[in-house]
Amino acid sequence: MSTALIGAPLNAAQLYLDGVCRSFDGFKAINGLSLAVAKGELRAVIGPNGAGKTTMMDIITGKTRPDEGKVIWNGDTDLTKIDEAGVARLGIGRKFQKPTVFETHSVEDNIRLALKAPRGVFPVLFDRRSAEENRRVTEYLDRIRLTHLRAETAANLSHGQKQWLEIGMLLAQEPQLLLVDEPAAGMTDAETMETAELLKSIAGERTVIVVEHDMDFVRALNCRVTVLHQGSVLAEGSLDHVSARDDVIEVYLGR
Amino acid sequence: MTRLIDLRLGLFLAALFAVTVLAPLATTLPSTSALNLPSYLIPLMGKYLCYALLAVALDLCWGYAGILSLGHGAFFALGGYAMGMHLMREIGARGVYANPELPDFMVFLGWTELPWFWYGFDMFWFAAVMALLVPGLLAFVFGWFAFRSRVSGVYLSIITQALTFALLLAFFRNDMGFGGNNGLTDFRDVLGFSLSAPSTRIALFVLTAVALAGCMLLARAITISKAGKVLVAVRDAESRTRFLGYRVESYSVFVFTVSAMMAGLAGALYVPQVGIINPGEFAPANSIEIVVWVALGGRGTLVGAAIGALVVVALKSWLTATFPDLWLFALGGLFILVTLALPNGLLGLLDRLKPRQAKPAAEVPA
Ligand SMILES: Nc1ncnc2c1ncn2[C@@H]1O[C@H](COP(=O)(O)OP(=O)(O)OP(=O)(O)O)[C@@H](O)[C@H]1O
Ligand SMILES: [Mg+2]
Repeated sequence: MSTALIGAPLNAAQLYLDGVCRSFDGFKAINGLSLAVAKGELRAVIGPNGAGKTTMMDIITGKTRPDEGKVIWNGDTDLTKIDEAGVARLGIGRKFQKPTVFETHSVEDNIRLALKAPRGVFPVLFDRRSAEENRRVTEYLDRIRLTHLRAETAANLSHGQKQWLEIGMLLAQEPQLLLVDEPAAGMTDAETMETAELLKSIAGERTVIVVEHDMDFVRALNCRVTVLHQGSVLAEGSLDHVSARDDVIEVYLGR
Repeated sequence: MTRLIDLRLGLFLAALFAVTVLAPLATTLPSTSALNLPSYLIPLMGKYLCYALLAVALDLCWGYAGILSLGHGAFFALGGYAMGMHLMREIGARGVYANPELPDFMVFLGWTELPWFWYGFDMFWFAAVMALLVPGLLAFVFGWFAFRSRVSGVYLSIITQALTFALLLAFFRNDMGFGGNNGLTDFRDVLGFSLSAPSTRIALFVLTAVALAGCMLLARAITISKAGKVLVAVRDAESRTRFLGYRVESYSVFVFTVSAMMAGLAGALYVPQVGIINPGEFAPANSIEIVVWVALGGRGTLVGAAIGALVVVALKSWLTATFPDLWLFALGGLFILVTLALPNGLLGLLDRLKPRQAKPAAEVPA
């Protein structure tokens, strides 16, 4: 068994969710969720619709505040006290479930806005485009294979291309942790496998948490899998391990 | 890299320059000449340019950052009051009550001392600074609270409307010390030059044209900068922008404040040319009218906003003179027409007639 399949000891975890709860109008979307992810790990999160996967990402990134519990980053920072921009600045990037890019901006500007750089109003106001910056933009565009659409308005991209662009924006931020919500939706089979390869190549250097329903994709990731159900962890382990469990089959895979 | 002065802005500035040079010249022609421009029309044209500047200010925050302020009339009026207070002090002992310190309305109210907030307004530079600072500070504080609490969209529009309404009520009160419902008027001169002298009128008109051109260039520089792209990003996908690490509220407060200061400048230039500032300028309907100008001209274009203001105000002058009862219906009809038929305004229409000449910068539906 490869090391990637061994769970992170809590003290070494880069991200550690500890007993997180969150309800919406009395409905417990996240219910005592605990989860540890090691630095450089690639982790897949699966679970039925409404299991709380997106809500978990909302809580990690500061969009949603938990009612209870902590989210510890690098052993010392509680992310639940920080706003979205602050979390992003700590090096946590996110791709939304529904691809979200800046529709009226060009593909190039989308990447440019995402590039790791100072984010304050005045440095950004007086920012001058440099050759170095152009080079970095080109590098990411090459990586997501949208170089030929550099000047195209993002609104004119196909659904799959928007997914790629958003992944490119995520890479351009150079985050330490990437939270990727259903990246393969709207992609062809070939693109799906490419995405899996891309995420695998990023992991190691960076930590990646992927939510996905596509089991071929999850299998291709070949990583530790966490099954969420009704807002807490139902099972964790290799894909073969979790998919052999009766409870997982009943709530998710068997349907 | 996007050019600071593109074709549209270049044409507009050239036209503005031509009018600014030719109109004053035309007033010097003999009155028998067909090209003679009566001198009283100069302040009227100056007033129109103030409205154009006000429209550009609103477009900067609505068109680009998506902040639909229904209170920009308040920033304009505050700038106007700051300048009006200076002009009141300049009257000095030439007022009806010949009090060198107190404006007439204070003497009339039986006041014996100048209120503290009138201190300093005897100096022109102080009033000029206040005309920018007061609207800017109000926008900063108001924006800081509103944007930090994530108030946006229609809720923000409603509270900006409430802001201008509250100021309207406050300025109507005599004991506020701003002349009550009569406002400030009967101005004599500015910096020692008589306000009724043709040369002063021309100077104010030229100054207004320069301010309009300068603010359009400034607004354009902001919108084509990376920060301008962040503003559009906030408008189009606010949470995406936050998750990239941008503090959306800082950007919103910044652009709202700059925009309010431009509105204040417009108001400060307006008052000496119109000769009066009263609480009516705070009327909620005024702020809504600014939105119609921008929508008609084309939001997110700057040039369109200025043109929209000029077109609607000209139409208003003509209609209120010819069919006084029709104006409000015309304004409402115009708004409906623009919303339904011209989502990108007059400039959007031009772009459609002459496609692919210049890439539409940032126009999107709300
Ligand atoms: N802001 C909110 N207000 C009310 N209910 C919410 C909110 N966010 C999430 N929920 C509810 O919480 C539950 C979990 O939703 P979540 O989006 O996290 O599920 P998910 O696991 O991502 O599902 P899917 O696979 O369909 O994306 C759902 O029942 C959802 O309706
Ligand atoms: Mg989801």
